[in-house]
Amino acid sequence: MSMILGVPVAVLFGQLLLGIINGAFYALLSLGLAVIFGLLKIINFAHGAMYMLGAMVTVIMFDAMGINYWVALVLAPLVVGCFGVLLEYFLLRRIAGQDHIYSLLLTFGVALMIQGILTNIFGVSGLRYSMPEIFQGGFKLDFMFLPYYRAWVIFMALLVCFGTWFMIEKTKLGSYLRAGTEDAQLMQGFGINVPLLISLTYGFGVMIAAFAGVLAAPIYSVTPVMGSNLLIVVFAVVVIGGMGSIAGAIITGLLMGVIEGFTKVFYPEFSSAVIFLVMVVVLLIRPSGLFGKEA
Amino acid sequence: MTIMKKLLTTAIASAMMVGSAQADISDDTVKIGYLADMSGTYRDLAGPNGLKALEMAIADFGGKVNGAKIEVVSADDRNNPDSSSSTVRRWLENENVDLVAGMVASSVTIAVTKLLEENDGLGIVSGSAASSITNEHCTPNHIHYVYDTYPLANGTAKAVVQEGGKEWFILTADYAFGHALEGDVTRVVEENGGKVIKTARHPFPTSDFSSYILQAQSSGADVVALANAGSDTTNAITTAGEFGLTQSGQTLAALLLFLTDVHALGVNSAQGIQLTTGWYWNMNEEARKWADRFMDETGVRPTMVHAGIYSSTMQYLNAVKATGSDDTQTVRKQMMDTPINDMFATNGRIREDGRMVHDMYLAEVKTPEESENEWDLYKIVRTIPGDEAYRPLSESKCSLVSKN
Amino acid sequence: MDHPVNQTDIQQAMLDQQKSDQRRKHILNLVLLALLLIAPAVIYPVFLMKILCFALFAVAFNLLLGFTGLLSFGHAAFLATGSYTTGYLLSNYSGLTTEMGIIVGTAAATVLGVLFALVAIRRQGIYFAMITLALAQLVYFMFVQAPFTGGEDGMHGVPRGHLFGFIDLENNLAMYYFVLAVFLGGYLLVQRVVGSPFGQVLKAIKQNEPRAVSLGYNVNQYKVLAFVMSAGLAGLAGSVKTVVFQLASLNDAHWHMSGEVILMTLLGGTGTLLGPVVGATFVVNLEYQLSQGPLGDWVDPILGAIFVLTVIAFRSGIVGEIQKFVRKNMG
Repeated sequence: MSMILGVPVAVLFGQLLLGIINGAFYALLSLGLAVIFGLLKIINFAHGAMYMLGAMVTVIMFDAMGINYWVALVLAPLVVGCFGVLLEYFLLRRIAGQDHIYSLLLTFGVALMIQGILTNIFGVSGLRYSMPEIFQGGFKLDFMFLPYYRAWVIFMALLVCFGTWFMIEKTKLGSYLRAGTEDAQLMQGFGINVPLLISLTYGFGVMIAAFAGVLAAPIYSVTPVMGSNLLIVVFAVVVIGGMGSIAGAIITGLLMGVIEGFTKVFYPEFSSAVIFLVMVVVLLIRPSGLFGKEA
Repeated sequence: MTIMKKLLTTAIASAMMVGSAQADISDDTVKIGYLADMSGTYRDLAGPNGLKALEMAIADFGGKVNGAKIEVVSADDRNNPDSSSSTVRRWLENENVDLVAGMVASSVTIAVTKLLEENDGLGIVSGSAASSITNEHCTPNHIHYVYDTYPLANGTAKAVVQEGGKEWFILTADYAFGHALEGDVTRVVEENGGKVIKTARHPFPTSDFSSYILQAQSSGADVVALANAGSDTTNAITTAGEFGLTQSGQTLAALLLFLTDVHALGVNSAQGIQLTTGWYWNMNEEARKWADRFMDETGVRPTMVHAGIYSSTMQYLNAVKATGSDDTQTVRKQMMDTPINDMFATNGRIREDGRMVHDMYLAEVKTPEESENEWDLYKIVRTIPGDEAYRPLSESKCSLVSKN
Repeated sequence: MDHPVNQTDIQQAMLDQQKSDQRRKHILNLVLLALLLIAPAVIYPVFLMKILCFALFAVAFNLLLGFTGLLSFGHAAFLATGSYTTGYLLSNYSGLTTEMGIIVGTAAATVLGVLFALVAIRRQGIYFAMITLALAQLVYFMFVQAPFTGGEDGMHGVPRGHLFGFIDLENNLAMYYFVLAVFLGGYLLVQRVVGSPFGQVLKAIKQNEPRAVSLGYNVNQYKVLAFVMSAGLAGLAGSVKTVVFQLASLNDAHWHMSGEVILMTLLGGTGTLLGPVVGATFVVNLEYQLSQGPLGDWVDPILGAIFVLTVIAFRSGIVGEIQKFVRKNMG
């Protein structure tokens, strides 16, 4: 078997694939953040909590009402999205136009509340959620065993990422959105309900996070704190990609998944910090991130 | 009645022996401070339900000891040694707390035991895993009650090697607890003729373990051991199941699993896993009876930590009653002199390094067919006698021991 | 239309206003000082020391956020560097007097501040926040890995030792007055800096950076200096905290700590001198009170609700709102 730095090539192929899968998760999460920041200039520190809510809602709906995975895949993000719309309408709207830092503080406060309350109800050990029957088993590739579910994750994640990018950058709705947030008055003049548009955009951003949460529910332990550690990693991804750049967030997410994956082979202790090293280096060379516009 | 009389006479006798200065209970109150993680990562293994267990013990004791009332104060340690030590300092210096109970995160425990030593207080550690607490960090002011990393490695690793798992891959949480466990496992594996072929240290906490599971699979090891805890362990086990680790012929060994973790995983994902525990709610009649009462109070089954908190509080109060004093060294000595056999411990005794040595159990998670309800999770495979399970005093680095 | 008389009147009125503001501030400061001096008679000294340490940390942070307009999301790194360095020195070199341990700890944090500043200072706004966060995460990683920190277990049993070699700091009162002195030193230093011409330039940068540039100021130099000073003071807070608690832990280096200091500062009121002190007092107290009581497991949700409320209703922070109120009603 051929080796690279003492690691069989086959293993590295496997890690590459897993890296892309994890990267797809990062891409989904950072996509939502990028949409919210890029269009609304809100630093959404509740993003991790929304991801967690997506997973929790999936589990709770199953336990309480027997709602299965497939329905949850649509319903859970909708529920969380509605929650996001309410959040925007009742809280975030009041600080529109203020310094970024206030949105950070506000959303962080909201995240603390959600996590704390759920911790008191459900504990921190994690809720049980079994994988749908259809995903039992996997592909036996030459270099690894790929569970069907992971293949499904990467397929769905990329689909949503591409769909979102297309919608915002290439459709009329997207152009309204971009214009509405750039120049609200003008768009009001065209008869477009800008405040509603903003609420919906925020709702959409957290919906993507919740969607990632549903995808995560069968494979990660579902706890009220599952999003809190992911949060700053995802922020790092968005910054490296260039704040507000949709494509940047997606590509960087995938890239970071792969980099982190290889770090887990060669220097696993560093795998949670490597992304920050990348961020420092990238920002030194490109002050506005890989795909960001110069400020 | 004769027992009562006997107790009373011993109480009086020992009270007289100790001398007048410490003969009675200070300010006519025995005050117990419960310090544990009430809201963070370790909430479920001790947390609010641990406080319930403590209160159950006090209620069962009658709320009073030798006429002095028993009071409880509690605090969330926030897993933060700073906050915890300012709380405990205040307890000791201003509020005359006689016993600090609970204690989970090792950073908190070590900080608190240092304070106890300074202020001559008494602590009973129930939640922490690190065996260093009664080794290099031992003090004459605390007792480590429920379990530690040494028997975890000793019990599980030995059993697995003896069943033929010779080559080991250890997945370690990259912090002190994980390193200690990894070291203990390596020693046990090598002593029993096995070999550790690779270790990987993952950051704490980690949510995606697929990369490590893949490394474990390609390493060709017979056994994949998880030297981590809490959600890291449950995540790793779920991922191992998903990637068919056991189907490809490897054995998965989790070194620290609490009942709450297994409950979260469910028997489908966790079946067949061997683990070492200090107690299991369904292991005998007495344990079961107590667990039923606990469930009435809390709605869940107790972990070994919950049971340990109840048991240790009882032991403490009995010692206070017997000596008629709440003086730290008097009570600790009495506790060391009293063998422990109750709903929690069999053949329990407290050594001079503060380690409570008692029988440990090698358990196996039941299969879905065997499990009758959501808390029917373990079957006990083997009892590991306390002296075999825990670090022998001859290997101890504790300063309280090395003299003899 | 020329009203020279009116103008001087207005100027005079403004001067009077300033004077009465000044007088009010002086009286307030004296009252606060007196309270701090007698506080340990009423309140548990170790708890007071904790508040003072965090207050100093928040004051240091506010020099950047409140007076220079730079949001650092990595200040935990300085707190922890001060804390670990001092802890290591005092534990391993018994000949060292306590103040030397603290000075070296502070110096270490200052040096780290220079490094951070060199990398980060040219970045703007959110990018500045994120690059400081990234650097702090790398520092955190180093502390996790370095053997001398004790990793997750932390560094314990740091001796308080003797101040100047002869004042026994094991005595809580002696320790308290020492911490108070350090805190006041830090506070007055920041007050001085803010009031100095240097501080005026910082404010100008905060209000309008391009304008400051066009006025010919070397803006980056000023920012670096402010950053380094802030880092050093944060390190000082960490060093002193280690001596008080006799331990250093990873909590000090975690990004939550960087977040907490932002919260303290905003809650108290950015851009006011007293704000961070009030904010730190409030947060430390609140966490303590909540973690003791029956609401023990509700600390996080309650803290969260308070942040939300602050941002929605009291954006200027506690001190800021009071100032507004005083100006409106007593001006």
